[in-house]
Amino acid sequence: MTTAVARGTIRAPQRPGDRIFSTATVVSGGLILAVLASVAAFLLVQSLPAFVAKPEDFTGGYTNFWSYVWPLAFGTLWSAFLALLIAVPLAIGIALFISHYAPRKLSQGLGYIVDLLAAVPSVVFGLWGIGVLAPLLQPFYATLVAWFGWIPLFAGPVSGTGRTILTVAIVLAVMVLPIITALCREIFLQTPVLYEEASLALGATRWEMIAMAVLPFGRSGIISASMLGLGRALGETMAVAMVLSPSSQVVFQLLTSQNPTTIAANIALNFPEAHGTGVNILLATGLVLFVITLAVNMVARLIINRRKAFSGAN
Amino acid sequence: MNFTRFGRPAVIAVVAALALSSCASNESATPASTEGAASALTGTLTGAGSSAQGSAQEAWIAAFQTANPDVTVNYDPSGSGAGRETFIGGGSDFAGSDSYLKDEELAGTFAACAPGSSAVDLPVYISPIAVIFNVEGVKDLNLDSDTLAKIFKGEITTWNDPAIAALNPKATLPATAITAVHRSDDSGTTKNFTDYLFQTAPDVWTDAPADPFPLQSGEGAKGTSGVVDAVTNGVGTIGYADASKAGDLGVAKIKVGDKFVGYTADAAAAVVADSPLVEGRDKSDLAIKINRLTTDPTHYPLVLVSYAVVCTEYADAAQGELVKAYVSYMAGSDGQSVAASAGGAAPLSTELADKVSAVLATIK
Repeated sequence: MTTAVARGTIRAPQRPGDRIFSTATVVSGGLILAVLASVAAFLLVQSLPAFVAKPEDFTGGYTNFWSYVWPLAFGTLWSAFLALLIAVPLAIGIALFISHYAPRKLSQGLGYIVDLLAAVPSVVFGLWGIGVLAPLLQPFYATLVAWFGWIPLFAGPVSGTGRTILTVAIVLAVMVLPIITALCREIFLQTPVLYEEASLALGATRWEMIAMAVLPFGRSGIISASMLGLGRALGETMAVAMVLSPSSQVVFQLLTSQNPTTIAANIALNFPEAHGTGVNILLATGLVLFVITLAVNMVARLIINRRKAFSGAN
Repeated sequence: MNFTRFGRPAVIAVVAALALSSCASNESATPASTEGAASALTGTLTGAGSSAQGSAQEAWIAAFQTANPDVTVNYDPSGSGAGRETFIGGGSDFAGSDSYLKDEELAGTFAACAPGSSAVDLPVYISPIAVIFNVEGVKDLNLDSDTLAKIFKGEITTWNDPAIAALNPKATLPATAITAVHRSDDSGTTKNFTDYLFQTAPDVWTDAPADPFPLQSGEGAKGTSGVVDAVTNGVGTIGYADASKAGDLGVAKIKVGDKFVGYTADAAAAVVADSPLVEGRDKSDLAIKINRLTTDPTHYPLVLVSYAVVCTEYADAAQGELVKAYVSYMAGSDGQSVAASAGGAAPLSTELADKVSAVLATIK
């Protein structure tokens, strides 16, 4: 803008619309920073009493804040990790089908349907999880424990209701699927046609073409899509609070009644009756979640930046 | 710029804002002048506390505001502890609480009360807690408190355990694993349930009663509806919930004396009526020490008693009149029958209701 003005004697006429619009964008940009800063400041100030809270302020026999928050932080990361483990391969498969396998008409329809999943509110997913998924999976879990109980992950006793961390991970996976799928699809479609045609011309089959041209090109895109999905999985509250049978301990078993619960779900469950220092303790766990989410996003940025030169993310 | 494009939505927005803002009160829009002799009370009454009282309070407020059109009552079901704290700090005119005031709370001062006066607990809401179960092929189930405590502690893990079989000689119990469902959120129901186990099965249940479920065993579910849902959809499940929400589920009978007793509103009211008041308190304080150890088979000791906590003398006499009128209505026969139909509560016995109204008469 300034270079154009400096070169000539003719000044571009400044219409009111220009000024209003540029001010509006600056205000919007500044507002988001201000909101983020005020959230961080609020969490910090409200959390301070929790770090010096006395043992009797904690429910469930904890002695200090860190012993209280550790199982919750573990549960948050563990459930999100399991969800991604299910969602990412599935999302890549769906995205590849839409971008490279499906006939054009079908691929458009399928894309819309996957996007529609993102519009379903999480409380509906929660109800579906309790009402449909958990009872449906329970007999399957019972069989799994009976046959593969010797694998530590599937150790019993099996939950009688199916409301386990694996069910939660499946619900979360369904919820993050649309985000990851939509991004992966866009990235796969951006693969230069020249690469694809070249590998086909060299005698590659369609699968080999995808493995050698499309996937390497989209790798950093897949990672950033997964990280966006991870962000949603980490912060998901309602579906976890409704579906999971929570306890506060660090366990890896997938199919029992005692599952590590997440920070967000724990806040949702205990906030209504919390008072005094209890509120500060819950908000401090919120601060921990805030920090975890920031850290995850920063790591994701780091990975993407390192690989940027070789891929389609730039 | 073409402003008509923005003009139309703007007009719609303004009209909508006007239309919506005109129905902000929680009172039904009955004109105040029609009820001539009905009531002279005016003002706003604020209460906060027990969420167990929540549905009953909604019904009470609706009926009380219809009878007294110039009165507005607000009740925030924020939880018993928060409710007592708000009341002590002067943020509300009365508190709803599932547990009576602690001694240290009574020793302090209450901001809404007149200087030198104190606060009292008045029982207004009694709700039996049902032990619900869902086991294939089992319709009736008898349990004593030792067995119940062991089930919720995770020490009895299958339905055909000898301890359960001994209590149920006629039932065919499957070898299914037991999933014991408890509340995952803090709850007065959990506190009363664990208090029952703590008192009646002291050898097994050693954790002091509290709002959160104390153990890392069994399965947690959110809210009463969550527990009922988990028990309904699960296999070999057992849980506890407000009796009014038990629905079609099997309800276990608990052992009282030598007999097994199912819950009824009468049996729940009876145990409260026969329980002594907490000792060492002012005689106008009706805090009840529920007799969980009763051996009378007409009693059902697994009950929750919820209180209205009010000042003996209000700093603002007009507010005192309002509280008196509202709590009298809650504890009276009309209020109790409204609560019974709205929340499945057990009505106060006449004797206890008389005691409550006698205390209310002295409130200024």
